[in-house]
Amino acid sequence: MSNGYVAHAAGYVDNEGPKIVSSRFVHEDGHTLARYLETGGYVGLRAALAKTPSQVHDEVRDAILLGRGGAGFPAGIKWGFCPPGVWPRYLVVNGDESEPGTYKDRLLMECDPHQLIEGCLIACYALGLSQCFLYVRGEMALAQERIAEALNEAYAAGYVGKNILDTDFSVDIVLHWGAGAYIVGEETALIESLEGSRGMPRLKPPFFPAAIGLYGKPTIVNNVETLSNLPWILENGADAYKRYGSEASPGTRLFAVSGHVKRPGVYEVEQGVTTFRDLIYGDNFCQGMREGHDLKMFIPGGGSAPWFFEDHLDLPLEAKPVGAAGSMLGSGAIVIMDDSTDAVQACLRVVRFFARESCGKCTPCREGTTWEEQILRRIYDGHGRPSDIDMLLDVADNISPGPYPAAADPSQGLEAVPFPPKQTTICPLGPSSVAPIVSALRRFRPEFEAKITARASIPVSAG
Amino acid sequence: MARLNAENLATANEILSRYPVKKSAMIPLLHLAQEQDGYVADDAMAHIAELCDVTPAEVVGTCSFYEMFKRHEVGTYLVNVCTNISCMLLGGEELLHRLEDKLGIKHGGTTEDKMFTLEDYECLAACTEAPCMQVNYRYFHRIELDEAEKVIDDLRSGARTDIPPHGTLGKVRQHIPTGRSAGIVPPEQANEAPVWLPAPTPEGEGS
Amino acid sequence: MTNVESTEIEGISVTVNGAEVLARPGELLIDACERNGVYIPRFCYHPRMKPVGMCRMCLVEVDTGRGMGLQPSCMITCSPDMVVETESEVTKKAQDGVLEFLLINHPLDCPVCDKGGECPLQDQTMAYGPGESRFVEEKRHYEKPIAISDNVYLDRERCILCDRCTRFAKEVAGDPLIHFQGRGNGTEVNTFPDEPFSSYFAGNTVQICPVGALTAKPYRFQARPWDLEEVQSTATIDSVGSRITVQSSRNKVLRYLGVDVDSVNWGWLSDRERFSFEAFNHEDRLADPLVRPEASMGSAKRDQLVTAPWSTALRRCAKALQDVDPNRIGVIGGARLSNEAQYMWAKLVKGVLGSDNVDAQLGDGLPADLVLGLPRATIDRACAAGGTVVLVGPDPKEQLGALYLRLRHAVIEDGVQLIELTPHSTGLSRYATHSLHPRPGEAGALARALVGDSVVESDIAGVAAADVNAVAATLKAGGPVTVVLGRSSAAESEDAVVDAAVALSSLDDVAFLSALTRGNVHGALDMGLAPGRLPGRQPLATGSSFSTAWPTMPAEAGFDTHEILQAAADGRLDTLVLLAADPINDFPDADLARQALENTPTVIAVDLFLHESAAAADVVLAAAGPGEYAGSFTNLEGRISQLNQMVTPPGTARPDWILAAELAFQLGADLELESPEQVWAELADLAPIYADVSPAALEAAAVEGIVVEGTSLFEAPAPLEAVSNDQYALRLVTRRVMYDQGTVLAHSPSSAHLSPSPKVALHPTDFERLGVAEGSDVSVSSARGAITVSVLSDSGVPRGSAVMVSHLEDARPYELIDATAVVNDVRVEPVA
Ligand SMILES: Cc1cc2nc3c(=O)[nH]c(=O)nc-3n(C[C@H](O)[C@H](O)[C@H](O)COP(=O)(O)O)c2cc1C
Ligand code: SF4
Ligand code: FES
Repeated sequence: MSNGYVAHAAGYVDNEGPKIVSSRFVHEDGHTLARYLETGGYVGLRAALAKTPSQVHDEVRDAILLGRGGAGFPAGIKWGFCPPGVWPRYLVVNGDESEPGTYKDRLLMECDPHQLIEGCLIACYALGLSQCFLYVRGEMALAQERIAEALNEAYAAGYVGKNILDTDFSVDIVLHWGAGAYIVGEETALIESLEGSRGMPRLKPPFFPAAIGLYGKPTIVNNVETLSNLPWILENGADAYKRYGSEASPGTRLFAVSGHVKRPGVYEVEQGVTTFRDLIYGDNFCQGMREGHDLKMFIPGGGSAPWFFEDHLDLPLEAKPVGAAGSMLGSGAIVIMDDSTDAVQACLRVVRFFARESCGKCTPCREGTTWEEQILRRIYDGHGRPSDIDMLLDVADNISPGPYPAAADPSQGLEAVPFPPKQTTICPLGPSSVAPIVSALRRFRPEFEAKITARASIPVSAG
Repeated sequence: MARLNAENLATANEILSRYPVKKSAMIPLLHLAQEQDGYVADDAMAHIAELCDVTPAEVVGTCSFYEMFKRHEVGTYLVNVCTNISCMLLGGEELLHRLEDKLGIKHGGTTEDKMFTLEDYECLAACTEAPCMQVNYRYFHRIELDEAEKVIDDLRSGARTDIPPHGTLGKVRQHIPTGRSAGIVPPEQANEAPVWLPAPTPEGEGS
Repeated sequence: MTNVESTEIEGISVTVNGAEVLARPGELLIDACERNGVYIPRFCYHPRMKPVGMCRMCLVEVDTGRGMGLQPSCMITCSPDMVVETESEVTKKAQDGVLEFLLINHPLDCPVCDKGGECPLQDQTMAYGPGESRFVEEKRHYEKPIAISDNVYLDRERCILCDRCTRFAKEVAGDPLIHFQGRGNGTEVNTFPDEPFSSYFAGNTVQICPVGALTAKPYRFQARPWDLEEVQSTATIDSVGSRITVQSSRNKVLRYLGVDVDSVNWGWLSDRERFSFEAFNHEDRLADPLVRPEASMGSAKRDQLVTAPWSTALRRCAKALQDVDPNRIGVIGGARLSNEAQYMWAKLVKGVLGSDNVDAQLGDGLPADLVLGLPRATIDRACAAGGTVVLVGPDPKEQLGALYLRLRHAVIEDGVQLIELTPHSTGLSRYATHSLHPRPGEAGALARALVGDSVVESDIAGVAAADVNAVAATLKAGGPVTVVLGRSSAAESEDAVVDAAVALSSLDDVAFLSALTRGNVHGALDMGLAPGRLPGRQPLATGSSFSTAWPTMPAEAGFDTHEILQAAADGRLDTLVLLAADPINDFPDADLARQALENTPTVIAVDLFLHESAAAADVVLAAAGPGEYAGSFTNLEGRISQLNQMVTPPGTARPDWILAAELAFQLGADLELESPEQVWAELADLAPIYADVSPAALEAAAVEGIVVEGTSLFEAPAPLEAVSNDQYALRLVTRRVMYDQGTVLAHSPSSAHLSPSPKVALHPTDFERLGVAEGSDVSVSSARGAITVSVLSDSGVPRGSAVMVSHLEDARPYELIDATAVVNDVRVEPVA
């Protein structure tokens, strides 16, 4: 297709550049075993099986494969946290992709399920994980079908299950799926959910899943994209992997760029070298803002990330500089908003998401996110009171004691507050609700004030 | 309505056999119940409690946590319109309002003929394809307002049959052929490293 | 008792608000601070449950080397050189913030809330909270209190979602029948539709709810906390002796709360214990003595009992006891009494009247010599990690609720192995490593095989050889064994239990925790209310210090309850005293008990209620109940703890110990004991095991009580022969359940209606053989009679047994029992 879109992989743009995880998206039958084998499938697994498990682990550690689920923690190092001598160990694949703006794991699951399965097998082999649960977001019916099909084929062909490729490596991969709860993407909530419980996060520390996870046993939780990188790394080696991207962030990464750009889509991008400006304005990528509009703000890493502005366009797509500038790269979700966007509305919509998705465990998140939404709704609807803005900030501060991470604003002489935020809660969901509030109020407070002063004098009744 | 019927019970047992701890099968079994009845009936939950060896209160505790499980009848077609940030920017709310008008209900409601339930949904992981909606969890990307209305018309008239009734998720199920399973590993049993790992060195197992 | 000194030596140094404090290894920060006088507010944390860190109220600033940060003090264990600020600005703001969040949706209906005045939320709002609400939105609304069980109401608007009740239900009680439902701001606690929170322990959730969301029917709107007076005491309805706080208002007991005692009940109570006070407030309580007009005595048609002055009643008693051949006097009961009253009655009957026909048990217990002669265990010993518990006795869940919770915890959390040798499955079976059900009468044979050296090859007592060998191997693997020993079925003679106990006593490192269930029965045994026994665990046979101190002494060992009743029925007794005993309902041969009462010239009952046996008496002395006198109680471990007086008895009812003194006086004797102090002084003098026990010592050990050590000699009888039955018969097993129609329960308005309907339970495979259909009415018959009940299938009943619950209205299995038999066989047949 001339515009780069690939019809059967909705939103995927087959642009120029290295393809590590998205190479098969161009094939309509890329999800079948036949096409997979034809295009180098299960070569990485064979390469892994030719090594000792610890050699495989070393290869992954050398590659500095950063987790793609949000926190960006190196997989090789996380794998090393399994306590020795405690068995069994499990692998849980995080395919719950629900962060606002995030869209890439679904493509990987729909278009190249075998690549993910192969990645799981490599991880299990390396660490002695004896069973793998592939947790797919409930709302993704097609992804579930594709993975079920792929697993059925792979079992039949001897790639999964007992004595894989006639070795003594045996592992079952079980397709499991959720039922609609964003919080289940958080790894400890994911484990709770997989145990059949309500997806409420567990406090960590003291125990991270790698030490005490599923059924209280060492458990590796990795994102779909993270694992999808493994076949390539094992096939081509860590050194080849490190030829792409920057030193701190080797390889490529899928970014979903949505919102007010000419060519929104999912792009495979070299990490660390590409900048936001390249991504938004580059011909190889989104090709600029919608006709007649300018950039107002953008979210660099999913709904939980503080907002960035014009002044951040030249930052590279790399965790460290983005964090220092006051936000995060998160889940590879970049949402672009132009000057037609109402900052109050955008803020309200993201906050509403967190209020709806709070698991309800921590008092500040359960009560606070809803309260934030109610105040914002009041302001947006024109019923706000002048004191509401400060109250909103104070409520937010009780969920995430400030100063909250935020981008610098030279025009107001405000410095950047680096990521991550502090929290009075167990997991970062509650504090994430503060990101849009602080971001919007730092830059666009007059927009809020305009809505308040413009209000019809409707008194707010006490509950 | 009902406990799981014989066919679904067989499927349930197959699902249960894949988990080292029965309770883990709870969400898949709730989906199965929802597939059977279109929603999760109390009796089905009681049945699942027996299968998973927990109390019905524990089942309802889990069931009620998750958005997708409906504890009361909904329409044959569940229409989820995403209004989260990326879709909001490109007309998600207009799409929702158009469908509210079209169906004559507010979001959250069900049409009188029990054909459609409309929901104002959170991010559906199709952000670059805004605005987007799902019908029974089948995607419609970059959908125009008129196109959305046509989907409704076609479903209503029966011109469109590719979308299974509410409750059906993946139409393909996983099956592990007998003899091919590596065997589930109960957490309390295996205390030894899997066979493919080399014998542990004194300091650990070498990773 | 915990030894504070020694743990502090190896303590961890933590800086709290600038001062150094010592924490115990593994101690949670919140506990370490509290122990050192720094109270951190909390809602979800409860020291007896796993922390969840939900409410976030306990956030404090903590530095573990990586800079100050807010941490929930209920989730972090103290580590060396931790720096903690519980009062810093940041901490305060976080706590204020949490409190404000908790209050925004709280109805603030404190003036009409049972918890008002004792509510941590209210208190902390005063202490830490912001002044005025900034929340102007509509609060969450729910239907006002909903009944989640018969006795517990839930007001979801007041609920702060701390997870205490739900955690208790799952973690502590093992009855996860309430659960969080919904999500986020819509989260609520609730039950499954139409499936109530029917747990024997539900009342605990009311006690631990930090707000007024859970309330108990028996207490709702009864009083405001500031009107309440309270004392600490001991629950007397079963033999666990759970520690309680008794609260009253205007001379009426309104509430029992569990007290957290490390060695006993950990703060928990069964609902039977918790709500039993209702019975003692009941209008049916005897307020004055009753006598039967003398003229009608002995005639077939007796007159009604009428109220009489105490002088008349006591004189009538004295007359029936004075100058009577001691062998023609019998005394049954005494387990309800305090230790002090038991001693005085023992002294009166044995030391003044010279009769040894005294038995505090009603034929449904175990021989005193056995209980006092085997090495005794404490609950802590049974529950210590690394040990094994062998249950040969009644279902603890049904009869000894607080002990059940301790045992369950020990098995689940501390890895104690549980082996059941019971006639049917129990509430603990699902946690047991092995659950063996020997045929009634043959537990001894099984026990011998388990402790023997050889591998068995065929079934023993109906238990498969493989199971026998597996348990034998477990027992031999070592580690301390505690046998929880009691009488599970009244249809099997005590000899069968003795037989099993003797066999198990040959294990290395074994001790026995008695599971006799009736109130202060262990006090009664210790005080000599058993044939052949004297106070202080001394046998009558050996000449003891009591022989010289007491005016007289029985010549030889007397009758037990069975023998007393037989003698009475045969006309060999002149006077029978029922010391808070109802043999017609409690003795496992109702027929014999009835005949006994009929054929005795004078029957004296000392009691709280006019139950069936008391109603057949000639003189009824109205006694004071729990909470109406001071004294002490001995639990199943032999642990003595205080009973304190809270209210006065109804009418002119008198404490049992005063009755003994007054009777003695009427008989022209003087017990020379006028107070509990004097009783203990005499006991300390005469019985070495009580050398250190006194009211003052008990006051000093008010929390844990004092465990009395000392066993007496026990001579093992010969092993029992198995009894065969014909193939159409089923072996009868009786059991008691928590909510039966025993006297106290029957008078507890909140619990009386919870009794199950009578049924006979059979193994599923026995139905076809017997030609009966599940759910149908059947006739259960023995040589003694027949009763009709419906039949239930229960795979926890072994094949060939028929299990019936006793103490229910309508169907009384004790009507079928011949108490002289080792086992009782019945036929179960369809009714036409
Ligand atoms: C609120 C919340 C939601 C999350 N959602 C997801 C998600 O949908 N998918 C995902 O892979 N990781 C998600 N994460 C991150 C996971 O907790 C975890 O870090 C990740 O799965 C680890 O995989 P990785 O190391 O391969 O990135 C979420 C985290 C939080 C706090
Ligand atoms: S922060 Fe919110 S979502 Fe996260 S655990 Fe707490 S209540 Fe649940
Ligand atoms: S008491 Fe620590 S979080 Fe509730």
